[in-house]
Amino acid sequence: MPKDSGIGASSKRREDVRFLTGTGNYTDDINIYGQLHVHFLRADVAHAVLNGVDTSAAEGMPGVQRIFTGADFEAVGSIPCGWLITDRHGDPMQEPRHPVLAHGKIRHVGEPICAVVADTLAQARDAAEAIVLDYDALPAVIDMKDAIGADAPKVHDDLTGNLCYDWGFVEENRQAVDDAIKGAAHVTTLELVNNRLIANPMEPRVAVGEYNRADDFHTLHTTSQNPHVIRLLMGAFVLGIPEHKLRVVAPDVGGGFGTKIFHYQEEAFVTFAAKALNRPVKWTSTRSEAFMSDAHGRDHVTKIELALDAENNFVAVRTETYANMGAYLSTFASCTPTWLHGTLMAGNYKTPHIYVNVKAVFTNTVPVDAYRGAGRPEATFQLERVIDMAAHELGVDPIALRRQNFITEFPYATPVAVEYDTGDYHATMDKLIDIADFAGFDARRAESEAKGKLRGLGVNCYIEACGIAPSNLVGQLGARAGLYDAATVRVNATGSISVMVGAHSHGQGHETSFPQVISEMIGIPEDQIDIVHGDTSKIPFGMGTYGSRSLAVCGSAMVRAAEKVINKAKKIAAHLMEASEGDIELKDGRFSVAGTDKSVAWGDVTLAAYVPHNYPLTDIEPGLEETAFYDPANFTYPSGAYSCEVELDPETGHVKIERFCAADDFGNIINPMIVSGQVHGGIAQGIGQAMMEGCAYDSDGQLLSASYMDYAMPRAGDVPFYTVDHSCQTPCTHNPLGVKGCGEAGAIGSPPSLVNAVLDAINSGPGKKVAHINMPLTPSRVWAAMQ
Amino acid sequence: MKVSMEVNGRAVSGDIEGRTLLVDFLREGLHLTGTHVGCDTSQCGACTVHVDGAQVKACTIFAAEAEGAKITTIEGVAAPDGTLSTVQQAFQDYHGLQCGFCTPGMVMAATSLLKDNPKPTEAEIRHHLDGNICRCTGYHNIIKAIMAASGQEMPALAAE
Ligand code: FES
Ligand code: FES
Repeated sequence: MPKDSGIGASSKRREDVRFLTGTGNYTDDINIYGQLHVHFLRADVAHAVLNGVDTSAAEGMPGVQRIFTGADFEAVGSIPCGWLITDRHGDPMQEPRHPVLAHGKIRHVGEPICAVVADTLAQARDAAEAIVLDYDALPAVIDMKDAIGADAPKVHDDLTGNLCYDWGFVEENRQAVDDAIKGAAHVTTLELVNNRLIANPMEPRVAVGEYNRADDFHTLHTTSQNPHVIRLLMGAFVLGIPEHKLRVVAPDVGGGFGTKIFHYQEEAFVTFAAKALNRPVKWTSTRSEAFMSDAHGRDHVTKIELALDAENNFVAVRTETYANMGAYLSTFASCTPTWLHGTLMAGNYKTPHIYVNVKAVFTNTVPVDAYRGAGRPEATFQLERVIDMAAHELGVDPIALRRQNFITEFPYATPVAVEYDTGDYHATMDKLIDIADFAGFDARRAESEAKGKLRGLGVNCYIEACGIAPSNLVGQLGARAGLYDAATVRVNATGSISVMVGAHSHGQGHETSFPQVISEMIGIPEDQIDIVHGDTSKIPFGMGTYGSRSLAVCGSAMVRAAEKVINKAKKIAAHLMEASEGDIELKDGRFSVAGTDKSVAWGDVTLAAYVPHNYPLTDIEPGLEETAFYDPANFTYPSGAYSCEVELDPETGHVKIERFCAADDFGNIINPMIVSGQVHGGIAQGIGQAMMEGCAYDSDGQLLSASYMDYAMPRAGDVPFYTVDHSCQTPCTHNPLGVKGCGEAGAIGSPPSLVNAVLDAINSGPGKKVAHINMPLTPSRVWAAMQ
Repeated sequence: MKVSMEVNGRAVSGDIEGRTLLVDFLREGLHLTGTHVGCDTSQCGACTVHVDGAQVKACTIFAAEAEGAKITTIEGVAAPDGTLSTVQQAFQDYHGLQCGFCTPGMVMAATSLLKDNPKPTEAEIRHHLDGNICRCTGYHNIIKAIMAASGQEMPALAAE
């Protein structure tokens, strides 16, 4: 019998009611009395010397309040990068200045140059058209390998070249890996592109700055996944605003997928301008601006070699990756292709020798940073593709080859510096084979062939590192922040509870799932518990939501705070019942004395805490409110096995996805309905990456895919119903809920099986055999590969 | 210029520029912020409303073109006492939304589909939603919700 509340129940989402009735409060719904509007004039060339900006004609246009240029921000800090990477030689990465508005040089199409602030948005736009830019175009560097060539133009004149860093991991393993590859019975080599993507949450970014001169107080309303991170970065590094004079609010946010983690220039601008003009200033991104100003994702060019012994055991993996940084270092750009990618190169397999090399490169393109999965999809894709390729070359079953090499004993320390606490990769593979009906595949293939079509089945496994992250570890790796989280459990006098959390919900359903945990612990109904998030003036200092960390890290903080509350409440209950504290039990919202029929209700105890007439005042303070900060002991390691079945029309190269199945191990689960939804959404983004999405630049640095007419996003007709299962559960061993995180799995786990399936379909036919096709697998690419 | 129309059963009017889009009039002029703007090329459907009973992307018409029209926005879908419509309730029951940004447009599009085609097939639903992009749900639960709202059995593959 499924539960109807608490941990494990598919409680319906309470936040849905406001979203379904149009009463959500997204940042663009915020309008403040007296607000002005800003329009950014953005670069339409990729690389140029900016000699000057003539705003004189625009200044006098109707409604214009002020036009800002790069010169106004010379005394303002650089948009910071949150992670310092040390390269193979022990040197720090090259870190260019990232100005709020371009000054002296233009480095990518879409870079903001001038900001026109006017009474209305239309007036600001009109005036921007009257601004004259004086610039001399320079040749753009777009291709990464060209960019690090000897005579390549430099994106940043003050750096030694366009190489940000050349990272080796683990550098000490390099020789052993080279030797293992030399001595191997078989080596499979694959060169591939992990295509550049644009995250495209449906809500474009918005920022509204406010300033109160009376107490020198700033407020920024912004579409962010992590308001405290923005407060810290913008306050301390860019604008120099003390944290007690800066409030950052991220209200309802319409999806993030990583791209709303980062601190962007527009946020700093509206905060700065609100003080300069002493008026609120609002910016709402158009979708066209989003394409050229939201951080992009992925964009790796990789060579991977997998070495096997004569019995097909994996003996070594060696990779060389070029990772595009774009023109500047976005907040977490530097750690995505390194620590979030290199540490996952063991995958689900006991490969003893692994070496990862990553060259991060500056180009005249939009900055690239974390997008759903962030480094882990790139790791999974290359590994799972090269394994399939090796199986092909060796003529062995790709599932058997994987199974033979699975890690089966835990904890398992990989050669790439992480320790998996739990997992059962055979169990998820068994489950996948069952739910995907592999037994019926041959019959389905015969049916397709009877219609003149080709049918393919592709499989892959994945592992990810979630719940980021232990602060002391990431500190050693170069993180410029801690990655704990925090929660305050505030019990009200009548027993209802508000929980203030550092995590931020922008689709994940925290307002529903977090109360399920508290309800389970205390035994009061879920509707007695509310979650407060997204406002630095209301919540404790937490690091926000990304990397599938909310429940594993912030949820753990919430459990710890609730435990403190319960312990204190037991002391009060013991006093009320004149019993010993050790005999008090809490169940279903009542405290009782073990072995007696004495009991008091939760509400009696909470009332006593706030009306302490009969209360142990000499021993404990009145009130019932506790805060906990939780720093995880390790990452969590969700894993799983995915499969895809496609039907391919050999005449056109068109691929129809017939089935997509996912067997995941997320450890314990709070709300199965929400978990399935997260996997569905992740798979659709993986289908997008594998089949249709591709950010394209021409050689001059013009962004060719800058609207929904040019950048293909999956629509309802492009995807099938998915079959997802999360009944294989090996609970995380080091957090109190035993949870691992589920937000990114779908996007990490799905692209390899899609590509494996299409290749299986092609190679099942009578025509040319194809070893690899780069994503996205558009009909024209598939058809061309088959000719 | 002045424009008058009926929105969610209430007569409204406002002073607008000729270039004001219907979606901007609804959001800025009438403070009906449930209708969202997700793009500037009329591709995403977040702005979907009903104009004289027909499904329309409110970013594709000028407010002036809606002179005298009867408009329904997401704010006008639930009953006055707050009871959700069948489609809205199905979206909650089947987890057909995550961040909620595409949701108003999805509900308006689904409501319009079921009015014209009370028992649509899965393929018909997917086809009807071609102009509404959702980045969160992978569409799975949206399709399920609409099938449920039309009182239909779920196909086996959609069961989970
Ligand atoms: S805002 Fe109207 S279709 Fe996107
Ligand atoms: S629910 Fe977020 S875009 Fe559809």
